[in-house]
Amino acid sequence: MLEVSGLSKSFGGLAAIDRASLEVAADEIVALIGPNGAGKTTLFACVAGFLKPDTGSVRFLGRDVTGLPPHHICAQGIARTFQIAQPFARLSVLENVMVGAYHATRLRRDATAQAEVVARQVGLGGQLDMRADALTLAGRKRLELARALATQPKLLLLDEVMAGLNPVEVEEIIGMVRKIHATGVVILLIEHVMQAVISLAARAYVLSNGRIIANGSPTAIAGDPAVIDAYLGHGAAARLKQGPPHA
Amino acid sequence: MTRRGLTLTGLSVLVLIAYPWVFSSNYAINLGFLVLFAAYLGQTWNIAGGFAGQTSFGHVVFFGVGAYVSTILQTAYGVNPWIAWLFAALGGALLGWIVGVLSYRAGLKGAYFALITLAVAEVGRIVANSVPITKGGLGILLQADPRPANFQFRDPVWFYYIVLALCLLSLLTAWQLTRTRFGARLAAIRENEDAAQALGIDSLREKVKCLTLSGGLCGAGGTVYVQKYLYIDPSIAFGVDKSVEMLLVSMIGGAGTVLGPLIGSGLLHVVGEVTRDLGNMLPGVSNAQPLSLIVYGALLIAIVAWLPDGLMGLFRKRRKEARRA
Repeated sequence: MLEVSGLSKSFGGLAAIDRASLEVAADEIVALIGPNGAGKTTLFACVAGFLKPDTGSVRFLGRDVTGLPPHHICAQGIARTFQIAQPFARLSVLENVMVGAYHATRLRRDATAQAEVVARQVGLGGQLDMRADALTLAGRKRLELARALATQPKLLLLDEVMAGLNPVEVEEIIGMVRKIHATGVVILLIEHVMQAVISLAARAYVLSNGRIIANGSPTAIAGDPAVIDAYLGHGAAARLKQGPPHA
Repeated sequence: MTRRGLTLTGLSVLVLIAYPWVFSSNYAINLGFLVLFAAYLGQTWNIAGGFAGQTSFGHVVFFGVGAYVSTILQTAYGVNPWIAWLFAALGGALLGWIVGVLSYRAGLKGAYFALITLAVAEVGRIVANSVPITKGGLGILLQADPRPANFQFRDPVWFYYIVLALCLLSLLTAWQLTRTRFGARLAAIRENEDAAQALGIDSLREKVKCLTLSGGLCGAGGTVYVQKYLYIDPSIAFGVDKSVEMLLVSMIGGAGTVLGPLIGSGLLHVVGEVTRDLGNMLPGVSNAQPLSLIVYGALLIAIVAWLPDGLMGLFRKRRKEARRA
């Protein structure tokens, strides 16, 4: 479904992404993990059209979408969330989600209906009239998810939708992501919360210094010495080897 | 808009229609004209600056271009002023499109966009001062020939009603922005352009559309001004004071709200009239203009400090508190 091949992006002399390649197949949930500054968000930005890669290509559903502007990428069926939530602060929750819903319809009535459905789906049904800047962090993360989902994407790029949340909230988001996936949306997620990666993703890519250094099932990756050195550390690797937590 | 909002708006419209019958002096009707005219121009600013967050410091340029287009078409080419009016709107729209495409393609946002509009208005003033077709600094005098076919009227009440109609048109346009996809997209761009793009919005296109619309409406205002006063010169057409007034009435009333510019304009003119009378009473003040400017300035500071959402924001807060109680 999504094929990223040989993607590079430099800022000045610094290579943020260095010939990175990854693939996401239809009906997958794939995770992209790696230490801070590895280039994960830059990679997302290149896929979503916010940055133009220097070399390499992004193909989606067999079509070359490399370097297209963000609204074209969205029209192809890729929606992204932002690592730092970017709500339309002075609009209500419903209005925020409606902006996404308007992607598929011109009619206000339809956009409202669609937005209400999606907002309920992510648990914001009770806060439709609340201004977005009054939401808690967890609420903002849900709003990011709802807005992206309202564009009715085929592929959802989730950039740390669980960062900063408490374990209960993380579990709730995991459940939501799973439900979204069950409706046929393919998901590529950047995540530091390993609990989420393990319980959601069948496969994970590890990005370090702009390079993909490993890929495979999360548990297999946890045993990879390169990954342990670059990212996980020995303690976390040992815990992860014991398998998913009882959640 | 809520049911209450609709009722209030309907009532205000009735009051505005009845106003010339109740206050029929020339003074009162001209004051009404000025209030509505500033509200109209303010609304054209508000469509770009309030709803889409495209703050302009030189919105007068669209007014000025509209004023010159229709005036030159009449005086130099003998075009009927009603038809010239249409071209004035088209001229304003075209300029809006050009300014939008050039500055947004270059990625100019926020303060940079504001400065570009300021510069464009200055360029307009300098050009109008120096090319023969505008008769330079002398300005253009329209020959007085008050006939409706000429878009000139002996009774000032006609201009009152014309500008009232324009005002209603602009209110309707603004109201549409609160309930259409186009409006939702502009609000999204105003609040967070990156996020808007991620949700499939072609922000460049929407912003250019918005500025074209705003410029066209503003240009139509230019014609009305010249038809009423029968004179235009570069400092009227491109003077910074009109740009400031447009932004001031919107911000005082509430930028990005439908009724904001009308309320702001009403307040500003009432304050202006009162300070003029006060100024005349004060000993040693021969020209009341500076006094009203001081009061405008103080008003703006107070609004920005305590009511960033303008008077409409105050009403809204009141209503919310009332609901809670």
